[in-house]
Amino acid sequence: MQFMLLFSRQGKLRLQKWYVPLSDKEKKKITRELVQTVLARKPKMCSFLEWRDLKIVYKRYASLYFCCAIEDQDNELITLEIIHRYVELLDKYFGSVCELDIIFNFEKAYFILDEFLLGGEVQETSKKNVLKAIEQADLLQEILRQKVAGPF
Amino acid sequence: MYLCSLFLGKSKEAEIKRINKELANIRSKFKGDKALDGYSKKKYVCKLLFIFLLGHDIDFGHMEAVNLLSSNRYTEKQIGYLFISVLVNSNSELIRLINNAIKNDLASRNPTFMGLALHCIANVGSREMAEAFAGEIPKILVAGDTMDSVKQSAALCLLRLYRTSPDLVPMGDWTSRVVHLLNDQHLGVVTAATSLITTLAQKNPEEFKTSVSLAVSRLSRIVTSASTDLQDYTYYFVPAPWLSVKLLRLLQCYPPPEDPAVRGRLTECLETILNKAQEPPKSKKVQHSNAKNAVLFEAISLIIHHDSEPNLLVRACNQLGQFLQHRETNLRYLALESMCTLASSEFSHEAVKTHIETVTNALKTERDVSVRQRAVDLLYAMCDRSNAQQIVAEMLSYLETADYSIREEIVLKVAILAEKYAVDYTWYVDTILNLIRIAGDYVSEEVWYRVIQIVINRDDVQGYAAKTVFEALQAPACHENLVKVGGYILGEFGNLIAGDPRSSPLIQFNLLHSKFHLCSVPTRALLLSTYIKFVNLFPEVKTTIQDVLRSDSQLKNADVELQQRAVEYLRLSTVASTDILATVLEEMPPFPERESSILAKLKKKKGPSTVTDLEEAKRERSADVNGGPEPAPASASTMSTPSPSADLLGLGAAPPAPTGPPPSSGGLLVDVFSDSPSAVAPLAPGSEDNFARFVCKNNGVLFENQLLQIGLKSEFRQNLGRMFIFYGNKTSTQFLSFTPTLICSDDLRANLSLQTKPVDPTVDGGAQVQQVVNIECVSDFTEAPVLNIQFRYGGTFQNVSVKLPITLNKFFQPTEMASQDFFQRWKQLSSPQQEVQNIFKAKHPMDTEITKAKIIGFGSALLEEVDPNPANFVGAGIIHTKTTQIGCLLRLEPNLQAQMYRLTLRTSKETVSQRLCELLSEQF
Repeated sequence: MQFMLLFSRQGKLRLQKWYVPLSDKEKKKITRELVQTVLARKPKMCSFLEWRDLKIVYKRYASLYFCCAIEDQDNELITLEIIHRYVELLDKYFGSVCELDIIFNFEKAYFILDEFLLGGEVQETSKKNVLKAIEQADLLQEILRQKVAGPF
Repeated sequence: MYLCSLFLGKSKEAEIKRINKELANIRSKFKGDKALDGYSKKKYVCKLLFIFLLGHDIDFGHMEAVNLLSSNRYTEKQIGYLFISVLVNSNSELIRLINNAIKNDLASRNPTFMGLALHCIANVGSREMAEAFAGEIPKILVAGDTMDSVKQSAALCLLRLYRTSPDLVPMGDWTSRVVHLLNDQHLGVVTAATSLITTLAQKNPEEFKTSVSLAVSRLSRIVTSASTDLQDYTYYFVPAPWLSVKLLRLLQCYPPPEDPAVRGRLTECLETILNKAQEPPKSKKVQHSNAKNAVLFEAISLIIHHDSEPNLLVRACNQLGQFLQHRETNLRYLALESMCTLASSEFSHEAVKTHIETVTNALKTERDVSVRQRAVDLLYAMCDRSNAQQIVAEMLSYLETADYSIREEIVLKVAILAEKYAVDYTWYVDTILNLIRIAGDYVSEEVWYRVIQIVINRDDVQGYAAKTVFEALQAPACHENLVKVGGYILGEFGNLIAGDPRSSPLIQFNLLHSKFHLCSVPTRALLLSTYIKFVNLFPEVKTTIQDVLRSDSQLKNADVELQQRAVEYLRLSTVASTDILATVLEEMPPFPERESSILAKLKKKKGPSTVTDLEEAKRERSADVNGGPEPAPASASTMSTPSPSADLLGLGAAPPAPTGPPPSSGGLLVDVFSDSPSAVAPLAPGSEDNFARFVCKNNGVLFENQLLQIGLKSEFRQNLGRMFIFYGNKTSTQFLSFTPTLICSDDLRANLSLQTKPVDPTVDGGAQVQQVVNIECVSDFTEAPVLNIQFRYGGTFQNVSVKLPITLNKFFQPTEMASQDFFQRWKQLSSPQQEVQNIFKAKHPMDTEITKAKIIGFGSALLEEVDPNPANFVGAGIIHTKTTQIGCLLRLEPNLQAQMYRLTLRTSKETVSQRLCELLSEQF
């Protein structure tokens, strides 16, 4: 996978993950183009499209679009299920995830993604194992929170 | 939480204002004298990240983030790493600090910290990081005491570094241990390791060969497991779909396994996967069917990649055929896509073709343009000679309603298919004119240039083309591209239809001129050239055209180009004699063409590695080597047995079969590379026709297929000649070991001496190389030399043979003589051995002017007012050879009613009479 973008129906970018080195300018250009292309598509259309020399796999969940760019030989359907599994992970962690969760707890969304996908490849598909890793980190945070006094 | 205060001003302006204020605040905190504690640093770094992710630029805070890396507190470290991952830039000072922190964490033996550090390397993946860690990570990966989760991260981290800087990842002992991770108990470790192994195996297949059997056994265990066996790795009742897909992908780095046991086991797996597709679903959830079909499609990719099991290929094709009508749009899309690759396998090409109706139906009914696009691609891929007419017709009819975004591509595809599979070039001309009619705006210059090139290079279609464009131009509103094509073709070949009073010169001119005023400047300029060509072709419309050129709207046109053309053409038509006009405005010579410009354009549009290109290459390899309908096997056995097509011209003379490369010691050798591969291809189909076309002319295109074009230019004087052979590489890829060889039989070699130099063995894409052949006619001869060309294109060996048109008549010198002399000599040459006569049916329209031109082109003088019957043609000349000169007389008597000719040759030598009669008879 070359990159993954999450954006809202209004075209606001909520999460971006790039697995290939690109300049900021290039990233912005790609994002603009893709958001436009995907938002222009009608509901019943197919989830895949050719874009430049990449394949785009996207799916909408409530107000959020999840959009992955994969290479020519990559498998579209399994990518669609990568998206779904990521949504399940977010859902399980946040408990019925919504766009605001991802906005305000963006760091968690990134941490979960890093446990699930690394370097553009699936690292761990077991929901239990991914969440275990995140929960361990949260546990460390809790302990710290008790130690460090200060208003939150 | 602390971010809330930042979020969302009421308007864009308010948001920016709020954020600028916050940025200023953070900047002052970072710059302040008071050292910030870890928590505050984390808070502000996190705010900066948030602001960045809202879409604003951040140009500070990197240093603070790096400081966080060395914190002992997990969350501070974590935020520091996140900031680096998202916002890193190649500031070398910082990278050194970051690398330091990473090094510490990797050495910490705390799995959580190690994980963070590895994630950071995988996310940034810069060259500096590769330099620092590419040696270290393999050790972590294969160390016995490394935790599973760290192993997973290490594997993918290494993968990322290998992608950025393969040179920095040293292969070594660790590789064999990585392969054995395929056997690991932890499926997460196997999942991560498989991706790494796949990428490494692509570049180093030998080193990772052992992964094949391990992958097969792993896959086999997965596909045969019950859906609950794999616990959390089962996804909606599908066992380990991600891992299965990855394993199938890994196997695509290799050919089918050689070990029969492994191969059998793999075939079983693939069959099981295909069988499961037929079972009723275990869940109605789309995730179940997606995961199951993801594995199925990957299995089909592997089957196509192996391209060795006809049974599996056909089953795959049938399965995809079912999907073509599935109610899920995604599956229809993927089935169309996957079938495109199946179409290029010889085992499944026919099976794919059976779905033509479904696919053409998809063009009409699919509501999603990207699906229709796939259908167009598939039609293009499944097209061959048997269905080209149907597919082109379907594409044309789809074009009428097609989405604007894909029209141009369809136009290109239709143009390519029409050209590639044209058996009958009238169909080609009709198709292109239809394209212009239906989608004129999308017909690029390449397409209409191409139709003109083809019409000019093929004299058999010129009359038809003229007639057809003339008819198409009658439409009240026709596209400007049609005016261009029409103008050009009528300017060249309008004479071929001028005999019909309905398309007399004046009518042709008026028709074109009626479009003139509606056209753009470039088209008008083209039409002005057509007009001056008309002046030459049709003297009767000269004054009409001169009047047009002379009018103010031309002579004083505001456009410089038009004005200049009008002035020059008018002047030319006034001052030049008929002869000069005829020379200046001669018919266009054949185009020395390189690559089909349309194909080049399509490739450019689609990128070099598309399915259609693969398909293209495959076809070229298998069927179209010689541009003919049958594959031309390059076998050595054809050397001694003349191919059936080789004797078209033979007519009882010695068969002109090549007798193989002569030994390299012979004195009259023409074989320039005696060490070249000895297998010579049989003559290319169509070679005989092309050969015949050169009997009466010296220049033109001798041979052309998808890859190569051979052009000729030659001149002869007395018994000597020189031929320039031009080899054009039509592709964008180099030809290697390019070796043209001239092959003459022993007989021929005694009578015809050919000398040439080797050409450069490398021909660049799009380039043309030239070879000069010096020719000496020693004595009269019958056979023709064979030109064999061998070269490597891509990975494939190409072998083409064509007859080289060096014929006896080339050494003719015309002799003018009066009627009395002619008949006197005629009578002298009356012995039966001296005369050869042939009566034959006309193959071309019996046109006096063309016949005259052909006799002159043949090389003899055309003697006017010699034969008492003015309908007959007589000619005389001398054939020059090194040893002797042979006087030749010929007489051609047409019988219009019977559409027959009688040709009589009388020369002082029987073999000469015989050969000249054969050669000339083929021309009418």
